[in-house]
Amino acid sequence: MSRVNVIQGVALLLGTAALATLPLWLADSYYVNIATQILFYAVFALALNVLVGYAGLTSLGHAALFGVSGYTAGLLLASGQGQLASVLAALVVTVLMSALFAVLSLRATGIGFLMITLALGQILWGLTYRWASLTNGDNGVTVADRPSPLGLSLADPSAFYWLTLLAFLVCAASMVLFVRSPFGASLRGTRDQPRRMSALGFDVWTIRFLAFTLSGFWSAVAGLLFVYYNQFISPQVMSLQSSAEVLLMVISGGTATLAGPVVGAALVVIMKNVVSAYVERWNMVLGIVFVLIISFMPEGLVPGTARLVRSAYRGLCGPGKAEVPASEGASEQPRELRVRAEAGR
Amino acid sequence: MWSLLTINSISFGGLLFLLSAGFSLIFGLMRIPNLMHGSFFMLGAYVGASLAQRGYDFWLAALAGAGVTLIVGGLVERVLLRRLAGQPLAQVLLTLGLSFIVADLCLMIWTGDPIQPGTPAGLRSSVAALGTTVPLYRLAVVVLAVAVAAALWLLIEHSRLGAMIRAGVDDAPIARAMGIRVSSLFTFVFCLGAGLAGFAGVVGSPILSVYPGLDADMLPLALIVVILGGAGSLVGALLGSLLIGFLYNFGQAMLPDLSYVILFLPMLIVLLVRPQGLLGRVAL
Amino acid sequence: MTTRRQILKGGLAAGAVVAMPAVLRAQAEPFRIGLLTVRTGPLAQGGLQMEQGLATFLKEKGSTLAGRAVELIAADTGGNPAGARTKAQELVERNKVGVILGPLAAFELLAVTDYVRARKVPLISLAAAEDVTQRHVNPWVVRPAASSGQCSHVMADYALKEMHLKRVATISEDFAFGYEQVSAFQRVFEDEGGKVVRKLWPPLNAPDFTPFIAQIGQVDGVFTGFAGSNPLKFLRAYADVGLKGKVPVTGGWTAFDDALLKSFGDEAVGAYSSTFYTSDYGSDSNKRFVAAMDKDYGVVPGAYSAGMYIAGQCVEGAIAKLGGKTDDKDAFMAALKGLSLTDTPRGPFTFDTYGNVVGDVFVRRCERQGGKLVNATVKTYEKVSQFWTYDPATFLKEPVYAKDSPPAKNLE
Repeated sequence: MSRVNVIQGVALLLGTAALATLPLWLADSYYVNIATQILFYAVFALALNVLVGYAGLTSLGHAALFGVSGYTAGLLLASGQGQLASVLAALVVTVLMSALFAVLSLRATGIGFLMITLALGQILWGLTYRWASLTNGDNGVTVADRPSPLGLSLADPSAFYWLTLLAFLVCAASMVLFVRSPFGASLRGTRDQPRRMSALGFDVWTIRFLAFTLSGFWSAVAGLLFVYYNQFISPQVMSLQSSAEVLLMVISGGTATLAGPVVGAALVVIMKNVVSAYVERWNMVLGIVFVLIISFMPEGLVPGTARLVRSAYRGLCGPGKAEVPASEGASEQPRELRVRAEAGR
Repeated sequence: MWSLLTINSISFGGLLFLLSAGFSLIFGLMRIPNLMHGSFFMLGAYVGASLAQRGYDFWLAALAGAGVTLIVGGLVERVLLRRLAGQPLAQVLLTLGLSFIVADLCLMIWTGDPIQPGTPAGLRSSVAALGTTVPLYRLAVVVLAVAVAAALWLLIEHSRLGAMIRAGVDDAPIARAMGIRVSSLFTFVFCLGAGLAGFAGVVGSPILSVYPGLDADMLPLALIVVILGGAGSLVGALLGSLLIGFLYNFGQAMLPDLSYVILFLPMLIVLLVRPQGLLGRVAL
Repeated sequence: MTTRRQILKGGLAAGAVVAMPAVLRAQAEPFRIGLLTVRTGPLAQGGLQMEQGLATFLKEKGSTLAGRAVELIAADTGGNPAGARTKAQELVERNKVGVILGPLAAFELLAVTDYVRARKVPLISLAAAEDVTQRHVNPWVVRPAASSGQCSHVMADYALKEMHLKRVATISEDFAFGYEQVSAFQRVFEDEGGKVVRKLWPPLNAPDFTPFIAQIGQVDGVFTGFAGSNPLKFLRAYADVGLKGKVPVTGGWTAFDDALLKSFGDEAVGAYSSTFYTSDYGSDSNKRFVAAMDKDYGVVPGAYSAGMYIAGQCVEGAIAKLGGKTDDKDAFMAALKGLSLTDTPRGPFTFDTYGNVVGDVFVRRCERQGGKLVNATVKTYEKVSQFWTYDPATFLKEPVYAKDSPPAKNLE
């Protein structure tokens, strides 16, 4: 076990070092910008994963929260408020909005939850279009300047990358802590055995509510990074398609894992922005990739690859040990199914 | 204006019923959030509309559109969805992925130019009724929807197959235990739903036209209808379709400021107050 | 079926065949043109037309503009603002393009306008967002197509003076391009004595326009700013409820575009539209352009294709002025703005000091001629500015055209 931990630790250290020095060895600022996008979408996907992965609640309206954060900051900045005030206000407003979302949507689980979040997302999306006197409609909101915390200008792509990386690392670390915390354990409990959790005296609703607001908070951070990165936000950000996209990141990478949403975010961003330069029908390729993932690794890329590597490793070590493994990776899904079936009734 | 809106509400409701009847059965029986239902509508519409534009008989073209989506639906269910039974997340990912593929495929084949086939022969005129001009074709859509509803009702309520489907909707494991081949039922219902959606696409094409993005415009409507009416219930789908027809037409006219939320607000309220929908057999 | 890859290859292959003078061949580095197009999603139809128009131009020129070899790099924005922004960065930072053509939609342009200004990259816009050449003028943008309101000003004048409409209802998509077209129409129409008595705004995802058409009421005419595939279902529903032939329809430059005519049926006959490009225009370059589009793609070109052909001519004009030396961006931009082209598919034009085109606008009536639908030009307004006949200074003091700006005083 300890050897595995050492290997993991070294890998983590090397990975972080590679990420931190990325702008130094990437010649093109364009690729630094792509890396920045991957990182803030990874924060967004990690945020959604709190609900989808650990709480077993699939939200199809999260882009609205992402957008509320970006819009709040953008509108306050446009009205002449300071950077710090705008950022704080965006976080507060979005967390409040996610609390409202939670109160409304936690009346249901399973597909009901998905539908309520979808409806809420669509309503907010419609409002940003229609309430043009506030939001400027589809002309969007322009953010003139990126902030310069402690006098450091973030106008430079590398500087902004490092800020995003910092946010990403804090987010990832907080996710590790969250997963290992008693709160994380009880949230997984509400996902797998909601009735038993209730019987044991846990307040299932409150646990889910807190998870939703945690998810909302990190979605807000991602939304802020998005609006500062693009310096522009318009209603398309809040559309159903955007909500679906981030959900696809989480599922394709692997729910209830830390690396899964990050890999999913990288996959989608790279397909959209890098592959699209070479493959005209990249959208179809993206669809095919999703179908292939689901067909061969229904648990997602990260757990699926881990499963393949494990079985290959065991195959090399001789057939004797290969009996145990197969069910391990797959055990997650049927359990979830049982929960859904229970919750549906 | 009011009588025109009333008539249009009913005909739009009829079209929505054709779209969402199959969706409701799929949802109720298989518990599948089929996010490619809008894609079936669009694919069928493209196939049928382009055939009709080349001079084939409109109704034959409609059947061809339905046939294509029925086959595609069958393939999707048999080859892909089947392996994901009971994994809603995987089904979401799969159907979304497939909807990307269908959308891009349609763009590739039909290049994005909108198509609007002519109104079928014999239905091009209008009749004066209730002090307004009523296009005959819209009345025909209503008649068609009623006929399909009646046929489905006979199928579901008065046939052996229907009894099995109803048993499957109520409790699939028990039905399976009683010797019903639920997996064949799934294929049948999915094909039926996909075929009906494709048929609806062609029938709707002289009114809505066919264009890239039609799938994304129709999918939320199917969702709303089924949530209002209740999953797995034909009468619910009919009621939901009519409600949405009226809500859409009168809402746009009377409450223009709410135009974007006029459909999602009622959906939200129903979800919160009565999660099984107005006439649903199953709570979501 | 022609894919875009074939289109671009066709253009480039033709470029390789043409023999270039030895001196120019020595100039190894081609001038790179970036194109912001749309290949996925609902706007892809317009993106395809843009690519066809530009490819036709480059093929005609053998990919050599004023003696300088050019290379075209197309980027798919996906039709959304964030995608446009990322792709603009890609074109500038990775592909090092000297000029960007496009994008298609106003919200895409608004997402990239600050970026091209900061990076000092010349951009030749097809998108119509008014303020980019007005109150928030961007010195790095020229627009040889039209601002949103430019053609609707003309339509309003024609509707009042030639069609003798007095009371008009407007119907258009509920977004900025719709607002700007309708408000421009309303302003000129009411300033000249007409009345806009009803304004209808179907939401972007409206499946059926009948509930809106039902509200049109008793009017002499209708103005619409629809774009994309929406004009199709609008005119059909309009005919279905019996208004066709009773209440004439007028539209902006996207409503009854020539490229859309092949999708229409008889419901389009009699519709009036005003546009900066009409395929029946008689200039030499337009005859070549129309013939080439028919030969290569079997289509009648519309304003999106023509807009990109003309944008290509602008690049050629600027390179010619600079004698092939394109490194100085300020000089390139100045050359662009100082252009005065005579033989273009839209006729002669120049740019005003804000970078927007001053050129002819055509009013057309849709007719069936020899079994085919055509837009027949009924009147040409020459040298139309984005400010119509208003004084630019006073025009710019007022707020930009929006849903309720200028306010409608005669609504019933």
